[in-house]
Amino acid sequence: MENLFFKDDNDRVDGIFKVTGKAKYFAEYELPGLTYGVLVTSTVTKGKITSLDTKAAEKAPGVIAVVSHLNKPSAPLYEQEGGSPMKIFYTNQVFYNGQPIAIVVANTFERATYAASLVKATYEKEDFNTDFEKALADPKAKKLQGQPNYKRGIENAYKTADVQVEQRYVLPIETHNPMELHGIIADWKPADRVTVYAKTQGVKATQNTIANVFKIPAENIQVNSEFVGGGFGMALRTWPLEIATVMASKHIGKPVKLVITRMQMFTMVGNRPAAIQKVGLGATKEGKLTGITHTAFGESSVYENFTEGVVNMAKFMYQCDNVNTAYTIVPVDLGVPIWMRGPGEATGAFALESAIDEMAHALDMDPLDFRIMNDPETDQQRNKPFSSKNIKEAYKLGAEKIGWSNRKNKPGSLVEGPWQTGYGVSVGVFNANRGKASVKGILKADGSLVLQSATSDIGPGTGTGMTLIANKLMDIPVNKITFELGDSSLPPAPSQGGSATLSTIGSAVNDVCLSLKSTIAELAANSNMDATSNFVDVLRKNNLPSIEVTKESQAGKERDNYSMYSFSIHFVQVKVNNLTGVVKVSKIVSVGDSGKIISPKTARSQMIGGAVGGIGMALTEEAVIDHRFGRYINNNFADYHVPVHADVPQIDVIFIDKPDPIINPMGAKGMGEIALIGFSAAVANAVFNATGKRIRTLPITPDKILAG
Amino acid sequence: MINFQYLRTTSAKSAIALLLKDKRSKFIAGGTNLIDLMKRGVLAPEKLIDINHVPLKQIQQIGDKIHIGALASNSAVADHPLIKEKLPLLSMALQAGASAQLRNVATVGGNMLQKTRCGYFYDTEMPCNKRQPGTGCGAIEGFNRMHAIFGTSPQCIAVHPSDMCIALAALDALVVIANAKTERKIAFADFHRLPGDTPHLDHNLKPDELIIRVEIPVNALNKNVHYLKIRDRASYAFALVSVAAAFEMRDNKINTIRLAMGGVAHKPWRLTAAENFLKGKEANVQNFEEAAKLAMIGAKGFGENDFKLKLAPNAIIEALTLAKTKA
Repeated sequence: MENLFFKDDNDRVDGIFKVTGKAKYFAEYELPGLTYGVLVTSTVTKGKITSLDTKAAEKAPGVIAVVSHLNKPSAPLYEQEGGSPMKIFYTNQVFYNGQPIAIVVANTFERATYAASLVKATYEKEDFNTDFEKALADPKAKKLQGQPNYKRGIENAYKTADVQVEQRYVLPIETHNPMELHGIIADWKPADRVTVYAKTQGVKATQNTIANVFKIPAENIQVNSEFVGGGFGMALRTWPLEIATVMASKHIGKPVKLVITRMQMFTMVGNRPAAIQKVGLGATKEGKLTGITHTAFGESSVYENFTEGVVNMAKFMYQCDNVNTAYTIVPVDLGVPIWMRGPGEATGAFALESAIDEMAHALDMDPLDFRIMNDPETDQQRNKPFSSKNIKEAYKLGAEKIGWSNRKNKPGSLVEGPWQTGYGVSVGVFNANRGKASVKGILKADGSLVLQSATSDIGPGTGTGMTLIANKLMDIPVNKITFELGDSSLPPAPSQGGSATLSTIGSAVNDVCLSLKSTIAELAANSNMDATSNFVDVLRKNNLPSIEVTKESQAGKERDNYSMYSFSIHFVQVKVNNLTGVVKVSKIVSVGDSGKIISPKTARSQMIGGAVGGIGMALTEEAVIDHRFGRYINNNFADYHVPVHADVPQIDVIFIDKPDPIINPMGAKGMGEIALIGFSAAVANAVFNATGKRIRTLPITPDKILAG
Repeated sequence: MINFQYLRTTSAKSAIALLLKDKRSKFIAGGTNLIDLMKRGVLAPEKLIDINHVPLKQIQQIGDKIHIGALASNSAVADHPLIKEKLPLLSMALQAGASAQLRNVATVGGNMLQKTRCGYFYDTEMPCNKRQPGTGCGAIEGFNRMHAIFGTSPQCIAVHPSDMCIALAALDALVVIANAKTERKIAFADFHRLPGDTPHLDHNLKPDELIIRVEIPVNALNKNVHYLKIRDRASYAFALVSVAAAFEMRDNKINTIRLAMGGVAHKPWRLTAAENFLKGKEANVQNFEEAAKLAMIGAKGFGENDFKLKLAPNAIIEALTLAKTKA
C-alpha cells in the first residue's frame, strides 16, 4: 500500500485512505460469481427445532441454496463429541433467541433477504431464563467459579474496620456495535482451498479456527482483513455466523458474502456481560485501607462459559494487607458474551472506584488524597516491583488541568439554578502485555522499507505506530516505510486485543530494524565503506536490490521479575439538573501513564475514544431484554444509545510519556483498554459530588437521578 | 423485504387517485419511518406512491395564518425565517427532533404520521395490539420506561414520538386534508387519537386522504417560548418527556399561554388545566408549580415509567422558567 503522509509525520499512514473511501473493508470485495447469504434466526429462546420448511425459500427467485442442520456440509470438528461449543447447523438445539438456524444464499442480497423471510421453523419449546439477576437469586440455578478465589491476609477484614463501606453495583449488558457490521466473504475452492475476507482482530486466529472446524491445513486458508471498521473486542473470535458462511460456500462451490443486520449485532457477536458486584472496604479513621473484598457475578451463556478479569484490580491497586476476591459466572439463555473494550477490568473498576470514592466521603477526605495515601510502592499481589508507575504525577497533572481545587468536598455545594456541578476522579489499570510475534523487514535499494506481520488494525493505528518505530530506528522518512498487515500469509502475530499490539509487534519491528542495520553495517565494512554510510549506497555498492530479515520477538525473564501495568486517571466535571435529572459531562481530562508514547496523534485518539465509550457506559448504554420473551427490546441505534457529539465535551488528554525501562525496547506500554477503564466511575463520582446522589446502577439516566 | 411497486406522481389529485386504486398501497415522502417499518416486516405495502414531487412544500403567510405545505422538510420549516420569527416554538421543537440528516428528508406530513417507537410494535415476534389487534400489549407488563402516563387504555400504552406535533398542538394548528373530491380542515388536537379500543388507529386521517398542509394562526407567542426535551442523550433520542411552553406577558401577568407535552401520551398532550390556571397570573415559580400539579391530574405510571410522574411536572416548571427568561 502506498504511504500517503500529508501533513506531518504523526498523521495516520492510512488516514487518506480512510477519509477518501480507498480503504477497502471486507464487505467491499467483489469476487467473480459472488453470492449473498442471509441468516434465518430462531424466534424462540430455548428448545429444539422440530421442522424447518425451506421449500418456499428454495423456490424464491434467485435462491441458490438454503443451508441448515438438515443439509450442512461436512465440518469434522462438529462431528466429534465435545469440540466446539456452538456447533452451528450440527444441532437442532436452540440456545438463545436470535440464534442462526439457517443461511439462505441467493444471487442478490435483496432476494436472499426475502427468501429468508419464507423459511418457517417449528420448535419444541423449553423453559428458559435470560434474566441474570433472577438466576443469581435462584439457589437452584447453575453458577460456576469464574476465577480462583483470592485471599491475602484476613478474609473480609473490612467488616471489623473503623470505617466501613459495603455496597452493591450493577452493570447492564452493553454491546460493542462498531459502525461496520459483522460478516465475512468466504470462497471455498476446489482441493479444499479457502479464501476469506473477514472482519477480524486476528487473521491467524480466523485461519486456525476455520482449519480446525473443517480439518484442513491452515496453509490452505487465506484470511484477508486489511481494514476493520471497529472491533472493541467483538471480532476477537470467529463466530458461528462466519462458519455458517464458509459452510454455505463449501456447499454451493461459490463465494458467499454475509453481512449481518444491526439487530443481529445484538445477538450474534457477543456483548459486555451484565454484572453484579459487591465491594467491601475498611479503613482506619486516618484513611489507611485495612480491608478490600470484591465479589463479582457475571452473566454467561449455557453453551459456553465466558470469564474476564472483573476482580483483578482489587488485588494490587491499593496498599492493603487484607484483600479477598471471588468471581462467579451465571449462565443464562443468551448468546455468549465476549470481551468489550476495557473488558472485565472496566466492569470491576466501576465498582471498586465507586467504592473508593464512597470511602473517601465516609472519611470526609478528598478522594484524590485518599488514593494517594493508599498508593502502593510495590505490587502486593505478586510481591514484585512495578516496571514503572508515575501515578502520583498523573494525579497532579490531571487535577491541575481540570481545576480540582474548585471542587468542594461537600456534595451539592456548587449550584446555579437547577444545575449542580461536581467533580469526579477514577483510576484505570490494565496489564501491560507483551506477546510473541514475527515481523519481516525488506530494505530496498530505492530507499524504502517494507515491514510485514499478520497483525490487525481495528482502528488504533497499528501501521502508524510501527512505521514510527522504524522511522526512529532506521532514520528512513515515514513516507518511505510501509507496514503490511491483515493477511494470514504474513509472518505470524497474535490477535489485536488486550492492549498488546504496539508492545508485541513493535518489539519485533525493533528487532528487525536493528538486524537490518547491523547487516548494512557488515556490508559496509566488507565493501570498505564508512560505517555511517547510507543503506541505499551500501546496497547499490553491493549490487543488492534489497535485503530482508524475519525476526520473532517475545518477552524474556523480565516479566518474572516485574509487575507491569498501564495506568490512567480520569477526571470529569459534570453538571446535573436536579429538576429533570439530566447529566451533562462538561469537562474531561484523561491522563495516560503508559510508558513512552510512540504515536502521539493515534494515542490521543485512543484516549478520546475511550472517554466517549466511557460516557456511553456511564450515562447511556444499556441493552434491554424482555425476559418473558428472551428478546432484545432496543436492538437498534435509535434506541440503544451510544453518545452523540452533543454528549461529548472537549477532551483533554495528558500523557506522562516516560519510557518504561523494563517492558520492551521502546519502553511503550499498551493503552487501548485504560482509555475506558475507570471512566464510568469518575462520572458516577462526579454525579455524587454534584448532587449527593450515589448511583450504583449503570447507566445513570435521568430517572435514576430523580429517584436517587 | 417483499417486492413492491414504486410509482411517482406530481399532483395531489393523481396521488389520491392512485391510492384509491389499490388499498394496499402507501404514500411515501421522506420515508424515514416507513422504510424502517418495511424492513422490520411491520408494514408490507404492495405499492409505494412517491409524493415527493407533489408541489406541497410552500411555507408562507396568508392573512393571519402561516401555511406550511405537507411536504416541506423538517429542516426547511425549522430554518425558515418566517417560522423562526413568528413561530419560534415550532422551530425549536423541530430542531429537537431526530438528527440533521433525518430532518433534511422528513416532511411535515410524514412527521405527523410517524408510528410509535414502542419496541413491541416493531418486533413482529412479540405481542402488540397496535400492530396486530388482539395479540395483547407487550409493554403494560414489560419494558415501559418510554411509555404513556396519560390517556392510556388496557389495549395500548404507546406514546406518539413527534416533537413537531407537540408544538403544533400547542399552537392550535389546523390540518388541511384532501380526498378525491374535497378538502376538509380539522383541529390539530383532533388529528391524533387516544388508543382506546382501537390502538391500531393513530389518527383520524381516512384511508383515501392526503395531508395537504397545516395552518397556524399568527399569534403573539414569539418571545417567551421554550421547547424542553428531556431524553437519554443530548441529541437523536426520543423524548422521555417534552414540554412546549409559550406565553405572552401583559402588565406583568400572563395574558396568553399554551402548554403541551410529548412523550406522555398516544397523542400530543395539551395541558388545558394548567393553561387556564396560569392565565392572568404572574409568571413565577409558585404559579408554575401549581400549574404543573394541575397538569398531572389523571397521570398513571406502569412501573418502569413511574419516574415520569415526577419528571413531567418538573419539566413543565423548567420549561416555563426557561421561557420566562427569554428576552
